[in-house]
Amino acid sequence: MSASRSTRNSHLLGVEGIERSFIEALFELAREHKRAVAAAAPRTPLAGRVVANLFFEDSTRTRTSFEIAAKTMGAEVLNWTVTGSSVSKGESLLDTARNVDAIGPAAIVIRHGSSGAAHLVSRYVRCSVINAGDGAHEHPSQALLDAFTLQERFGTLEGKRVLIAGDILHSRVARSNIHCLRLLGAEVLVSGPPMLIPKGIETLGCQVATSFRSAVELADAVMMLRIQVERQAEFPSAREYASHWGLSAALAQQMKEGAVVLHPGPVNRGVELSAEVADGVRSSILEQVANGVAIRMAILETFAW
Amino acid sequence: MVRPLVIRGGWLIDPLHRQSALRDLVLRDGRVADVLEKAPAIENARVVDASGRWVLPGLIDLHVHLREPGDESKETILSGSRAAVAGGFTAVVAMPNTRPVNDNALVTRYVQERAREVGLCQVFVAGAISKGLKGEEMAEMGELAAAGCKCLTDDGLPVMNAGLLRRALLYSRAFDLPLMLHEEDLNLSARGAMTEGPRATRLGLMPIPASAEVSMIARDLVIAEETQACVHLAHLSCEASVRLVREAKRRGVNVTAEATPHHFTLTDSALEGYNTHAKMSPPLRHPEDVRAIREALADGTIDAIATDHAPHGALDKEVEFELAANGVIGLETALGLTLELVQQGVLSKERAVELLTSGPARAFKLPGGHLGPGAPANVVLVDPKAKWTVNAAEFQSKSRNTPFQGRALVGRVAQTIVAGRVVFDGGKLVEKAE
Repeated sequence: MSASRSTRNSHLLGVEGIERSFIEALFELAREHKRAVAAAAPRTPLAGRVVANLFFEDSTRTRTSFEIAAKTMGAEVLNWTVTGSSVSKGESLLDTARNVDAIGPAAIVIRHGSSGAAHLVSRYVRCSVINAGDGAHEHPSQALLDAFTLQERFGTLEGKRVLIAGDILHSRVARSNIHCLRLLGAEVLVSGPPMLIPKGIETLGCQVATSFRSAVELADAVMMLRIQVERQAEFPSAREYASHWGLSAALAQQMKEGAVVLHPGPVNRGVELSAEVADGVRSSILEQVANGVAIRMAILETFAW
Repeated sequence: MVRPLVIRGGWLIDPLHRQSALRDLVLRDGRVADVLEKAPAIENARVVDASGRWVLPGLIDLHVHLREPGDESKETILSGSRAAVAGGFTAVVAMPNTRPVNDNALVTRYVQERAREVGLCQVFVAGAISKGLKGEEMAEMGELAAAGCKCLTDDGLPVMNAGLLRRALLYSRAFDLPLMLHEEDLNLSARGAMTEGPRATRLGLMPIPASAEVSMIARDLVIAEETQACVHLAHLSCEASVRLVREAKRRGVNVTAEATPHHFTLTDSALEGYNTHAKMSPPLRHPEDVRAIREALADGTIDAIATDHAPHGALDKEVEFELAANGVIGLETALGLTLELVQQGVLSKERAVELLTSGPARAFKLPGGHLGPGAPANVVLVDPKAKWTVNAAEFQSKSRNTPFQGRALVGRVAQTIVAGRVVFDGGKLVEKAE
């Protein structure tokens, strides 16, 4: 371990509690990496280091994004995927994490279905822990790349109104985004079926929009969350969901001039987002994916020590 | 033969007899012989100087998980009894959710027998309401009653089937047994990990609404009133639950209720950092709920403080929050936490003692809980000024799952006396040979 480790902020567990200046510095680093990659001259500050991807949930998108980010910066990547529950395999989360830690990575990038999993692991390992999504709690790299994408589009988030729509209750993307967007000066609205709006969400600094349609018309950016179709017991049908909380082409027409549509992916086309909107001019979805690599490079460069 | 014991010069509090005064207490042949302003010298008697101490009836805990048989790595009847006397409890009621479940006289007798061999505190036994705690068929209540069970409960689980509960309540009248109810509508608490509110939302933990408890209490108070059976509500945690119980008592429903030290002390803020030692069922609630529980302890709506002592090992707690076992240990912190309420002016010391002695005794019709002549010679001497810091590593319990680690408390057990014998003295267990 490097001597400077103890003086660094060594874990990225969530956006909550981090400072605006820290985010701005990360964005600066991300812009730098983006330019260097575009010029085919990436910096390789992680040469000789190992980054471990420890994924307890399938997530090709996030995992490959971290993997490309790490490899571009010269790191070796260890992909440790635990399909199915670790409990059913008889090895606890902590055992697995400590085993991966013993291999000697600079950072563990962890995705887990339980809220607080990254916190738990961070208390028991020597390396840095980067939360790549824990249950319904946080998904900081996603929120950072979303804010980065919006800032690229608008120049600033100050005074912009962002609507996050869908299943807020189960969404780590929503929570991280509320923290991040508020920190950067945006106004955040949330909307969705009432039973999927968790009690007290406004204490995080957002407002609950009673009408999804009017909120869409007011927003500078609309972030549509993926609805888990397997959670259908919680709402009557995907069809009904689409007609009340889906962003159709007709509704997208009502959006403000220059307003954009985001989605963390993967999109349920025709459910929360119509195909026309997903592929339309307002869509920033592919920018999000591209920026995801740059942001994760900035995160890894900052934390993988 | 145990020598007579004279406890001199202590402040004796016996809520049942409305006694709170400097008194000498004489114990003989396992019973309280006399309570005197000044006891004469008694031949062959041991004398304990109790000056500066409170002299209380041995504390009674209606709600303890001793884990034996089945989960002896977490607690045994021996380690649980040690924890009890270390905490000033001279009697506990052992919950039936062991492996095998105590739904028959064989298990009841096993627990009683082990407790007798251990010989530290009294262990009263609770039998199951339903066979295997499955909530499907009634257990053999008559057999359990004959074996000596003092109450029946499916604790840990609610009786979801209202028809079954109604029949069980009616049937229980034949044996004069109270039914202790863990109130939780599993359809409402489903997959929840903590109480509903801003903190659950921020932590991304699935919420358990208050209605999971309150709606079941409402249902069961109606059924209790209709059946005129004796109902005891375990671990009240919500303001609305308290209101319902208060109103039912006013109407004369045969209901008693308990609250735990953790529910009258902590709020859901204890879960910050995904602290699994603060995970329990029912969950820790909000400040207004804590206030309501405290008021209910003071005004008599709640009859007893019970710990719901629920030992778990690191394997059950050092895991993902939603997978972590529910429950905290409580026997060795209950008195200190109750005394916090006295120090804060929430309870008089007499009421606090009542909630730990005659209150619980009355709820389950248990012997003891008072110091009248003829009562069991179960006594606890408390140093009300002793300052100490909770350190689970020093506990007698086998488990360490307490949310109170590091808490500074004032007031500690000095001696515990069971059947006239000093079993715990100055922080140490006393070996049997005297």
